Amino acid sequence: MSDIFPKWTNQLPLMAGVAGAVLGLTAVAGITYFVTPKYTRVGYQPKQPVAFSHAIHADQLGMDCRYCHDDVDKSWFSNIPSSSTCMNCHSQVKKDSDKLQLVRDSYASGKPIPWVQIHKVPDYVYFNHSVHVNRGISCVHCHGEIQKMEEVYHAESLSMSFCLECHREPEKFIRPNELVTKLDWKNEGFDGKKAVHDWKVQPGQSCSTCHR
Amino acid sequence: MRKFLVYFFSFWALTVVVGLSVLGLRGSTSRKPPLEVFPDMDHQPKLRPQTVTKFAGFADGLSSRLPVAGTISRDSAWELNSFNTGKTEDGGWVDAMPVPVTHELVKRGRERYDIYCTPCHGAAGDGNGVTTQFGMAAVAKLHDERLIKMSDGEIFNTITLGKNLMGPYGEKLDPKDRWAVISYVRALQLSRLGKKEEIPDAVQANLK
Ligand code: HEC
Ligand code: HEC
Ligand code: HEC
Ligand code: HEC
Ligand code: HEC
Ligand code: HEC
Repeated sequence: MSDIFPKWTNQLPLMAGVAGAVLGLTAVAGITYFVTPKYTRVGYQPKQPVAFSHAIHADQLGMDCRYCHDDVDKSWFSNIPSSSTCMNCHSQVKKDSDKLQLVRDSYASGKPIPWVQIHKVPDYVYFNHSVHVNRGISCVHCHGEIQKMEEVYHAESLSMSFCLECHREPEKFIRPNELVTKLDWKNEGFDGKKAVHDWKVQPGQSCSTCHR
Repeated sequence: MRKFLVYFFSFWALTVVVGLSVLGLRGSTSRKPPLEVFPDMDHQPKLRPQTVTKFAGFADGLSSRLPVAGTISRDSAWELNSFNTGKTEDGGWVDAMPVPVTHELVKRGRERYDIYCTPCHGAAGDGNGVTTQFGMAAVAKLHDERLIKMSDGEIFNTITLGKNLMGPYGEKLDPKDRWAVISYVRALQLSRLGKKEEIPDAVQANLK
């Protein structure tokens, strides 16, 4: 028999075992690491048609998010501002800048600027901005430190477990309602537990809260 | 066996290194749209605001529809009364605001003022907001005598439609909020008009 199967083949089962185990574990590790919104979504930073910087407008100028995203505390949807909002200032500030050519064209023609949408929940998920931002939940938990971004990128996974982490323990995240748009606020002695109790904050955890 | 292990692990290490360098680490930024592993029912044929629609009935492709010409929405401030327009029936300016001025209203007004007016008019209404350092010119000082004497209705109209170099804020502030902002502007103006005697005794003591 030794003519057909050379001696090393005796170790074939062992080799196959080692190789199988290593490759299997690598595949599992790879999938847990890569096939999740924490990898697929986080970091998405599309090129925007206008080089708009939140670092200039929100941080350096100290503008409130709601000056531009003015529907965020009124409806489920947080709007992207129209070009007339930009022109309130840019009719005078940097009014000849090349970077603002598209804004001026859009203002003149009424055709919207084709901003690329970054954050989006699947269509089967019901989401609502106003219920969050009127109840002391800040933009920073779901969008990251926007005020430091030259270009916006997707900072959080926005997966179901991400939503539930907070819905189970809102006291860890809640803050006084007037500070919702102060993204760099640090909690110094604000009692989240008490606020959740006093304001009767009850984020639902049943499926129909978000799938309706 | 030794040889096998050497080959196998070299191959394995190469795959991992190549894999990592192609896929990158979590959180690294990318211009490409997110990969959808199982797109299930993520995209349903429904309209989302501010997107492009291919529906043939909407030739301009806007999913957020503008009102049909000559129509208004039922929940808009359509009624032509002094609360919605700042004007009286005979077309003059409303002199004093048509809503009761409460602590709540002024508080709301302060919040809205801080959001929408401070970038230009400044936190105290001095016309020295941050944008004036970047070329915003002619911003009105809200403590001007002309504006102190101006009727509430005319200021309401300025907020709604803008005036000369100032843009309109009617879209961002509903009528109630506009009156709230005016109540706060009046409070700012009053804060400069007060006399020393009007300050409560307890605070007087701290004055230098
Ligand atoms: C001067 C107006 C302005 C201000 C102030 C502003 N934004 Fe924006 N924001 C925009 C514009 C325009 C876009 C679209 C372009 C882009 O994505 O950069 C945008 C995009 C965004 C997006 C990404 C939207 C998407 O496509 O998913 C988020 C999140 C956001 N803003 C949050 C904030 C927060 C939080 C603040 C307050 C700290 C803020 N913005 C202040 C104008 C503004
Ligand atoms: C409150 C006033 C204000 C509003 C509203 C505003 N901006 Fe600006 N913007 C500024 C100021 C001030 C600068 C900084 C100018 C400087 O650094 O000299 C600036 C700078 C910029 C620049 C860089 C211009 C350059 O040449 O460097 C761009 C692009 C820009 N803004 C886009 C926008 C867009 C798009 C919007 C509307 C979503 C907008 N801005 C709304 C005040 C404003
Ligand atoms: C509880 C989490 C949460 C909070 C808090 C939150 N957002 Fe969002 N935001 C989201 C999600 C989820 C989306 C995607 C919604 C969708 O599918 O349209 C989104 C989308 C957006 C968009 C893009 C809308 C579009 O379709 O282009 C903007 C702009 C935005 N948010 C701004 C804000 C601002 C400003 C605040 C704070 C005042 C805020 N968000 C607070 C979760 C949040
Ligand atoms: C940082 C905390 C936080 C995160 C993250 C968060 N939520 Fe919430 N959510 C809350 C709180 C607090 C409330 C309850 C508000 C109340 O009681 O009025 C709430 C309420 C809601 C409601 C309204 C429920 C109702 O009764 O009408 C919906 C829908 C919702 N959340 C969906 C989501 C989705 C979807 C996500 C993930 C994209 C998410 N939330 C992420 C804190 C959070
Ligand atoms: C706080 C809001 C929230 C609640 C409560 C919630 N979900 Fe979800 N669910 C989400 C979000 C957001 C997603 C989208 C996740 C994504 O896109 O990564 C999702 C996705 C899903 C999916 C699709 C997963 C996929 O990748 O295909 C299923 C199935 C689902 N949810 C079932 C449930 C069930 C069952 C319950 C009740 C036990 C529930 N959900 C409760 C927010 C919620
Ligand atoms: C983008 C900068 C900017 C913002 C934001 C702004 N204003 Fe103005 N405002 C101006 C300028 C510039 C003028 C001077 C207009 C002129 O006479 O040419 C002005 C003038 C005024 C006047 C005097 C009008 C008159 O009759 O002479 C009032 C009142 C006023 N603003 C109120 C407000 C209020 C209230 C807000 C907040 C809702 C606000 N403004 C926000 C730039 C701004």
